[in-house]
Amino acid sequence: MTSGTASGTQRIPTGAAPGRGRRFLLTLRQLYGKPASAVGTSIFLLFVFLALFGPLVAPYGLNQQIALDARQGPSPSHLFGTDTLGRDVFSRVLHGAREILLLTGVGTLLAVIAGTFFGLISGYLGGWVDEVIMRFFDSLLSLPALLLALLLLGTLGRTESSVLIVITVVYTPIVARVVRSVVLSVKSKGFIEAARLQGESLTWILFREILLTALPALTVEAALRFSYAIFLVASLGFLGVGVQPPSPNWGLMVKEARVAVSQTPWALYFPAAAISIVVIGVNLMADGLKRVLQATSSESI
Amino acid sequence: MTSQTQPEPPILEIENLSVAYRQGGDWLLAVREATLQIRSGETYGLVGESGSGKTTLVLAIMRYLGENGSVRSGSILLQGRDLLALSKGEMRQVWGKQITMVPQNPQSSLNPSIRIGEQIAETLRFHQEMSAVKARSRAVELLEMVHIADPERVVQNYPHQISGGMQQRVMIAMALSSEPALLVLDEPTTSLDVTTQAVILDLVKELIQGRRTAALYVTHNLGVVAQVCDRVAVLYAGELVEDAATADLYSQPLHPYTRGLLDSVPRLGELKSQVQLRAIQGQIPPLGDRSLGCVFVSRCPLAVEICEQRPPLYEPDPSRRTRCHRWEEIQRGEVNAKQPASEQVRVGIEGGEEPGGSPLVLDLEDLDVHFPINRSLDEILRGGEPQVVRAVDGVSLEIKRGKTLGLVGESGSGKTTIARAITGLEVKTDGRIDLLSMSLPADLSKRDLDTLRHMQMIFQNPEEALNPYFTIGESLRRPFVRLLGMSAGEADRRVEQLLQSVSLPASYASRMPGQLSGGEKQRVAVARAFASNPDLLIADEPVTSLDVSVQASILNLLNNLQVEHQSSLLFISHNLAVVGYLADTIAVIYLGQLMEVAASQDLFEPPYHPYTEALLSAIPLADPAADQKQIRLEGEIPSPTDIPSGCPFHTRCPRFLGDICVEEIPPWRVDETTGKRYYCHIPVDELKAAQERVFSMEKAE
Repeated sequence: MTSGTASGTQRIPTGAAPGRGRRFLLTLRQLYGKPASAVGTSIFLLFVFLALFGPLVAPYGLNQQIALDARQGPSPSHLFGTDTLGRDVFSRVLHGAREILLLTGVGTLLAVIAGTFFGLISGYLGGWVDEVIMRFFDSLLSLPALLLALLLLGTLGRTESSVLIVITVVYTPIVARVVRSVVLSVKSKGFIEAARLQGESLTWILFREILLTALPALTVEAALRFSYAIFLVASLGFLGVGVQPPSPNWGLMVKEARVAVSQTPWALYFPAAAISIVVIGVNLMADGLKRVLQATSSESI
Repeated sequence: MTSQTQPEPPILEIENLSVAYRQGGDWLLAVREATLQIRSGETYGLVGESGSGKTTLVLAIMRYLGENGSVRSGSILLQGRDLLALSKGEMRQVWGKQITMVPQNPQSSLNPSIRIGEQIAETLRFHQEMSAVKARSRAVELLEMVHIADPERVVQNYPHQISGGMQQRVMIAMALSSEPALLVLDEPTTSLDVTTQAVILDLVKELIQGRRTAALYVTHNLGVVAQVCDRVAVLYAGELVEDAATADLYSQPLHPYTRGLLDSVPRLGELKSQVQLRAIQGQIPPLGDRSLGCVFVSRCPLAVEICEQRPPLYEPDPSRRTRCHRWEEIQRGEVNAKQPASEQVRVGIEGGEEPGGSPLVLDLEDLDVHFPINRSLDEILRGGEPQVVRAVDGVSLEIKRGKTLGLVGESGSGKTTIARAITGLEVKTDGRIDLLSMSLPADLSKRDLDTLRHMQMIFQNPEEALNPYFTIGESLRRPFVRLLGMSAGEADRRVEQLLQSVSLPASYASRMPGQLSGGEKQRVAVARAFASNPDLLIADEPVTSLDVSVQASILNLLNNLQVEHQSSLLFISHNLAVVGYLADTIAVIYLGQLMEVAASQDLFEPPYHPYTEALLSAIPLADPAADQKQIRLEGEIPSPTDIPSGCPFHTRCPRFLGDICVEEIPPWRVDETTGKRYYCHIPVDELKAAQERVFSMEKAE
């Protein structure tokens, strides 16, 4: 289940073309061709691994309190130390990986699906459909993401599913814009017009002909949105409006540790570091994907 | 042709110049051991297809190769000075002063935010250290030199305010302003229309003749070379295969590649029933996969064992060179360097009209396509008629079964819009489109599959014709599945036959478009269009973006499949030679209106519509010995938002009569003997008396 994120962002580039496994491996190998994207991809894969198996590896339970060990610095028995309640920070960071990657992964996936749908429709049909959809999305985009998130959470309540909806609503317009721009650039090309002259249905043209050509741009965008979503979820946790305690949300952990920063600074540093490392990692990977996918698509176009 | 007998040293002397690009860890040779000299006052043509290395050679001469390119050996002397020994700083003194360049695309070479006069003056101030005032007045003089009618106004203009032809004149003026030793012209007319091209070519000829400048004219167009160059060098896959005086090269090429190039494009006035185009087999080998022997060996009809060794630079006579082992046999006529006619051209039933006349496949009547222009808020508030672009205005045409109608016109003439309106990709404003006597709805989405099956289209750009993420097989399967309702298995079997019919191996079905060359992609596109066995095929500039040597094979293919399927063809092109070759009937269009409709053998004979006459005169003939009248059109094509009253051609017409042309719409006049009809106030007899045949060429043997 946890793998929703991982396969969500990775399955996309290979699409329905033949030899999708081979193409996936090829993309991965090309990602390892440059140091920056190699580091980014490794970080991403490491966190995916942690999300999958972290809870199994974690030495302590999520909310297991070891009263005697409270407020301890990093040591061999508590790698990242313990917090004021005596919880093992290492174990909580591991559990947090699953929770944050799952939440943001699913959220990003929803945003990508919705954004792709609206982007395809809007770009291809044009006219008033385009006007209505894009003006509505513009109005969503005119609010800062965090403000929009706060507004939504205020009305929806502070549950995990509300956070999912927030991610979807905040990122759908952005994904839709990217997809729409690709649609606009291919819709007047010969192969789309040839498809129309062959009487292909709207669904075929949109979801086969055009979607395939949009996949490279979409993949890169999905990876970028994913990293921003991690950021957003962590920020919401930190502000205390997102997921509620005792969840191991990294943002929430930073918020809780902030009060006691003079006593247990490690309880703040480690989750904060986890956030920045994964965000940087995914960003580097997105940059790499852009390089790799654009190179292959310019070869084939 | 300029027979300079005095032993003056050449301006540019290149010897054994090799240029390579680094790819991965290897150096791939892009130009190998090129040798050429250009003398003062000489125009030297460098001809080659894409991938031949002509750009590389030019960049190397200018010391302007990119990071990954380098000169591996040889020397470049400009007026005796070794350019390769100069530093970047010293080269900066050479660029723009001793070597100048006229680029292919003037639009991207002029700064859009600086006035024309200022841009010219800047060059003068920098290279000739002129004072600002003097530079400005010199700029006006330079514009006069390139025959710009109103130079005082043009110096005040920004580049976007003047036409492409004018921009190119400005570039020529700038390039000649420093009286350079070497002028490089890189496809200077490729982006221009034929009528504008003719004027620019005249200008180039005139300006170079009066100077000591040596000119290097780079192009892929054999016609242009024949018109402006004294000598020609032919470049193929990085090798200068032949080098001769223009007249000699065209009358007796001594390299099979040159022969192949000349045979692969139709000359103006040639018909498919008389002459067969011979495509050069195969394709130009990519860098790194070139024979160490003769580079042309893989495509040469004369290749023998010795050709595996690299031919030396033979000198049949002091003024010409060739790199073919068998030049003597070619010269003596013992062997034929022509490409084999593998694709036998079939000609449809000639004149075999059925008694009742063949049925009409396409019948257009008074077709109008107008595009509204978005109005500003101010215009909407003031009311009044919204402006429209009259892309197509009252066009009536018909095509009989199995026949080809050629539609020819310059850019902006509306020829593509006609095609798009027929297919429904563009919605017509008014008029009737009948396919097989059924009236077609304007909008594509309202046409049923049965209608679509009867009509297919081939697009101009093969790079965009196929979905880059579908295999060739997937792309070809769709018309069978969609239009003919076949099962997947059945469709797959047909795909194999289809590939065979366009001479591609069946294994191509599993390839991606990126793995195919441009010519192969266009073959696939042609195959797809014929899949549903359409009654009408519309081909919009299908060979324009292809290299000369593959154009012939696509034209032959198109023609053969058309005969086989008994389809009618609407063939659209700006190239009158190609249209004339392929079509049975030709329609000439100007500003969205038909000017002349004639059977193709009659189009080239008077009486001509004055516009056709000018077009025929503007086309650069690939034959230096040809006799061609010089009729040049003044001014630019008017904007289709503001079509001139009366006869739309009156603003540029060399046979302008007076008020009648401005005020009255001309009648259609019919030449009784040939059935040719044209749209002009001048009656048939008068026109016949006034006109002579515009061009005459010696027929190729």
